[in-house]
Amino acid sequence: MKRDNLVLLAVLILLALVPFAAEFTGQSSWTKLVGQALIYGMAAASLNFILGYGGMVSFGHAAFFGIGGYVVGILYHHFDAGTAFLGIIPGTDQMLVTLPAAVLVAGLAAALVGALSLRTGGVQFIMITLAFAQMFFFLFISLKTYGGEDGIMVRRTNALPGLNMKDKATLYWVVLAFAAAYYLFLRRLVRSSFGQIIAGIRQNERRMAAMGISTLRYKLYAFILSGMGAGLAGALMVNFLRFASPDMMHWTRSGELMVMVILGGVGTLAGPFIGAGALFTLETTLARYTEHWMLPVGILLLVVVLTSKGGLMALIAKLKGGAK
Amino acid sequence: MILLFEQLLNGLQYGVTLFLLAAGLTLIFGIMGVINLAHGALYMVGAFAASWVAIQTGSFWGGLVAGLVASGLIGLVVETAVIRRLYARDHLDQVLATFALILIFNQTTVLIFGRQPLFTTLPEIFSGSVEIIPGLPYPTYRLFVIAVGLAVALGLYFLINKTRIGMLVRAGATNRQMVRALGVNIQGLYTAVFALGALLAGLAGVMASPIVSVQVGMGDEIILATFVVVVIGGVGSVKGAFVAGIVLGLFDTMLRAFLPATLQQVMPGPEAQALGVGISSMGIYLMMALVLLVRPRGLFAARG
Repeated sequence: MKRDNLVLLAVLILLALVPFAAEFTGQSSWTKLVGQALIYGMAAASLNFILGYGGMVSFGHAAFFGIGGYVVGILYHHFDAGTAFLGIIPGTDQMLVTLPAAVLVAGLAAALVGALSLRTGGVQFIMITLAFAQMFFFLFISLKTYGGEDGIMVRRTNALPGLNMKDKATLYWVVLAFAAAYYLFLRRLVRSSFGQIIAGIRQNERRMAAMGISTLRYKLYAFILSGMGAGLAGALMVNFLRFASPDMMHWTRSGELMVMVILGGVGTLAGPFIGAGALFTLETTLARYTEHWMLPVGILLLVVVLTSKGGLMALIAKLKGGAK
Repeated sequence: MILLFEQLLNGLQYGVTLFLLAAGLTLIFGIMGVINLAHGALYMVGAFAASWVAIQTGSFWGGLVAGLVASGLIGLVVETAVIRRLYARDHLDQVLATFALILIFNQTTVLIFGRQPLFTTLPEIFSGSVEIIPGLPYPTYRLFVIAVGLAVALGLYFLINKTRIGMLVRAGATNRQMVRALGVNIQGLYTAVFALGALLAGLAGVMASPIVSVQVGMGDEIILATFVVVVIGGVGSVKGAFVAGIVLGLFDTMLRAFLPATLQQVMPGPEAQALGVGISSMGIYLMMALVLLVRPRGLFAARG
């Protein structure tokens, strides 16, 4: 336990030093790259909570990511135009308002989708979550007020009192702080009695029900919590890239989030972050050399899925075991 | 009235295309328990092979044969190399592996054919149109597509209900383990079913190639609609795929044709247009959600 914390601390310090390293080496894109990887890591980790710990294969997780992002975008749009959403809710550019709002709205959307989808299981669950994500995708495409297919430009990152958010490094550290906090929250969550119940339902739902636990309710709670995490990640992403678009909730984005989880290691805490970092770095690096980067990524993914169990985390555990 | 009738025919044509794709997918789903996201890639393969050969040789029929051969062969390769290893895996691994296949197929197609869409011309006998009811000339080729789709549906009905292979397929969709326990060569059956599915997907691609733009990613667009058809129809049921395919094809086409104009009567033009198109695209997903809420296993689920 102690050693885990030390490793975590070391990783956090290293991550906090990234902007300095970027400046020192002149590779200014590093900060942006790692920041985005951290945010995708959060989204993947939120998916991993229901997928890895809860055994619910949701193929529509990008919807909540996109909804969180759009909350920030729409609030900024109204702040900028001096109008009000639906004529009653004024816009804002204060991060202390936009992030909770994004989490709340994503949670509400997850409650709706979860309450309806969790009545099914297996293949039908995969497909119905995908269907709901598609509905949100097309809904946002059809909203001409908010840019339609083009999305919303957020000209200025949301303000946080006392910090200069225009500074790239400051913004990066804010993202890092959120990612670290979210990681600790998830660690707490999976070790809690609630997390134990969720894991129990994955292993044997019938037995949990026989023990007097209302499994559907717990699954719904987990689904909502997971959606809220994705909403937070989406809101951060829009702040980070200053752009919200329907692309954030395209179904291939949901697929990518699943890939990150699998690549890193299903049902592990650090796995999704490692998977997100690995996939994102791989994509960006390959994209620099060839426009056909999807081909090697596809082949690698196929090999990983067909040959390995447990992703990169299992590999790390193996290496650690070998070193002892 | 004439417009409505024309759109009904368009819907029927889209519906049979969906059926051709969904019939194979639902069998692969029902019998092997594999979620094959890459089924749309075989549709793309069929369309590309047919268009390319048609452009090179100038013969639509040559293209038809090439499309069927290419999709069938590639289906066999994919089954042997990848899908076979996924039978025993959980849905998550299947989704990811076939997602990887989509990436591979799309990029390979870009490497071979580039990003420009391919365009083919219709053969002489299909280039005209037929006046079905007075005042409505309808393209002959689209009628041909509908006819082919219905003929395949009839053929599949006989194959599945009247032959020994069909009996095994039905048995496999109902209870896989039992069929294996009775000593049937299940691997052979699996490969045959997958190849048949690939062939049907390729046929759908060939049929669609003169009327849609043949380009990379064309499979990704239609595969989601196909999954909706499979899930609504009930996994493993070809009858369900037929009914759901036709209904969804009609429903989707009607929404797209009439909703934007209807909305324009109550709100300003461009916004009504955008909203109408958006809601039309949501239509089939909404329908699937509603069907699953009432019947969580779809309309004609093979397994009880």
